[in-house]
Amino acid sequence: MTAAATSTSPPASTGGQSGVRLARSRRNAELSLLLLAMVLVAAYGAMVEASVLDTVTPSFWVPAAALSAVFLGLHVAIRFLAPFADPALLPAVALLNGLGVGFLHRLDLARATPAERADLATFAGTGGRQLAWTLISVALAAGLLAVVRDHRSISRYAYTLGLAGIVLVMIPAVLPPSISEINGAKLWIRVGGLSIQPGEFAKLALLAFFAYYLVRKREVLSLASRRFLGVDFPRGRDLGPVVVVWLISLLVLVFEKDLGTSLLYFGMFVATLYIATERVSWLIIGLVLFFGGAYLAYVLGDVIGGPFANFYLRANIWLDPFADPYNDGYQLVQGLLALGSGGMFGAGPGAGQPLKLPEVQNDFIFAGLGEEIGLFGLSALLVVYLLIVERGLRAALAVHDSFGKLLAGGLAFTLGLQVFVIVGGISGLIPLTGQTTPFLSAGGSSLMANWLLIAILLRISDAARRPVTGGGSPSARPTGGPPEQLHGAPTEVIRP
Amino acid sequence: MPELVITVARFGFLILLWIFVFTVVGVIRRDLFAGARSGRLVAAPRGVGAVLGQGGKPARVKRGKAAHQLVVTAGQLAGTRITLGEAQITIGRAEDSTLVITDDYASARHARLVPRDGQWFVEDLGSTNGTYLDRAKVTGPTPVPLGVPIRIGRTSLELRP
Repeated sequence: MTAAATSTSPPASTGGQSGVRLARSRRNAELSLLLLAMVLVAAYGAMVEASVLDTVTPSFWVPAAALSAVFLGLHVAIRFLAPFADPALLPAVALLNGLGVGFLHRLDLARATPAERADLATFAGTGGRQLAWTLISVALAAGLLAVVRDHRSISRYAYTLGLAGIVLVMIPAVLPPSISEINGAKLWIRVGGLSIQPGEFAKLALLAFFAYYLVRKREVLSLASRRFLGVDFPRGRDLGPVVVVWLISLLVLVFEKDLGTSLLYFGMFVATLYIATERVSWLIIGLVLFFGGAYLAYVLGDVIGGPFANFYLRANIWLDPFADPYNDGYQLVQGLLALGSGGMFGAGPGAGQPLKLPEVQNDFIFAGLGEEIGLFGLSALLVVYLLIVERGLRAALAVHDSFGKLLAGGLAFTLGLQVFVIVGGISGLIPLTGQTTPFLSAGGSSLMANWLLIAILLRISDAARRPVTGGGSPSARPTGGPPEQLHGAPTEVIRP
Repeated sequence: MPELVITVARFGFLILLWIFVFTVVGVIRRDLFAGARSGRLVAAPRGVGAVLGQGGKPARVKRGKAAHQLVVTAGQLAGTRITLGEAQITIGRAEDSTLVITDDYASARHARLVPRDGQWFVEDLGSTNGTYLDRAKVTGPTPVPLGVPIRIGRTSLELRP
């Protein structure tokens, strides 16, 4: 076998070279980025106190320090559990989460009377609760990293997760409105003082199922097709799954009265389908179905009202927010005014009037932040979201197995879509729907679910960037497989 | 709090926010190019020679699979991949080549890869220093098996499934 040995030694040598290259886990870069993010969070806290209290209290650093401790804990966990994970994900998310906590704390300060302000405990108020939720969420994310050592093992529970996802979606729809309805949207389970939004978790479970299902069905969905107007359209009988998901998301729209959630589920499925099959036709079909469905719901809401009335109202507010600026359009108009008065550079942290905004701690946190940090700051935050999504898609490109690709791509897309839905809503681009702004909004469910999402992305990016360890003799390696020593290398088409 | 301090802090915060964004971009960027750079450092000429040692055996194993990627394994562009479609791929220093290589030993229009019935053929376009498939000089259109290096100057390319 000397011939085989010599013939396979070059890949081995290049493999060693790639080991040198990819063994750079970049954890130190992550650490320094994380520290920079925490400096930003502490600076934000200090400036809020300087504006609201007119002085910086000696304990301004406590929330930032608590957050830093938690994130450093996760960083250390990543060092052990996913040493080759993407270095940009954790700091970017930590910044958003930290600024969210800082802003909510700022709301507490504004709400409190001057006497109360002095001794506002660290875990009191919305900001404090959010801080506590962050601790729990980050611990959960670390737990997920510890339990799921290989993302492919998730696919073993795909059908269970799919069922769990559908059940979670349906629970609020069947519960009586007294338990499940907040501000017209039936998305909640309220038990005692705690409200859970099961849809946030359903998102993850459903995506895992979609990814698994599409990996198995993608040949059928991508190969059998008819050509029409230069685009390959699938056969009628293969439309089944997409129609089923479309119907489910329409049911969500009708029974949970929430366009955003419905759009999120449907968009998630269509995007995963597109990633799996590389067929533009699915995007066209998806968009036509969704807009058709939404228009139908609008017309039905006008004619028969009932379950569609809420959507009809929201669409009308979107079409003309200033038609009724003191009642129906109040929230959106206040949001637009906040963004407008923020202008380019904002009033400065702590110097705005966020309490004029209804639901500023949830849906309208972006408008509240925008008033204080301006377009300049908001676009930085949007770019941070963009970078998180980009890193997710990058992990999807680089990872080897199809399930991982679909899962990472779908998760990253979902995060981006959610940001689009809410930011589009508050800025008047699309009808406003009650979505949480990932990592910023107050709310444990959303924070937990999104941190779990990040944990899965970290796990997949670790698998994607991990250097190839020998794993037996070089000749045992399948030679026909993808070039392993290059899987971290940039993929680029120089000129198509 | 003096007004000035607050104003400075306000803009300082926004600038710091963007510095964070650009630092993240920097890390990602270095992350992207780290591979290519160190790859070039290590894959010095000797590495190129070693790759050529790949004989018929791996090629025979791979036969029957279609090539989907063209991968640059050595030279300045090491690590670059091009997804193969149905169009021919031209290689050379000329700006309008599909793969523009800045190799001192490459001609402006050096060689091209043409698909025919699922098989890719390499053809020398009258280059000064020649195109080599494995160790043999390419004279006419020659079928390229998977995993066999095409050498152009210091650059080495391979078809991958």
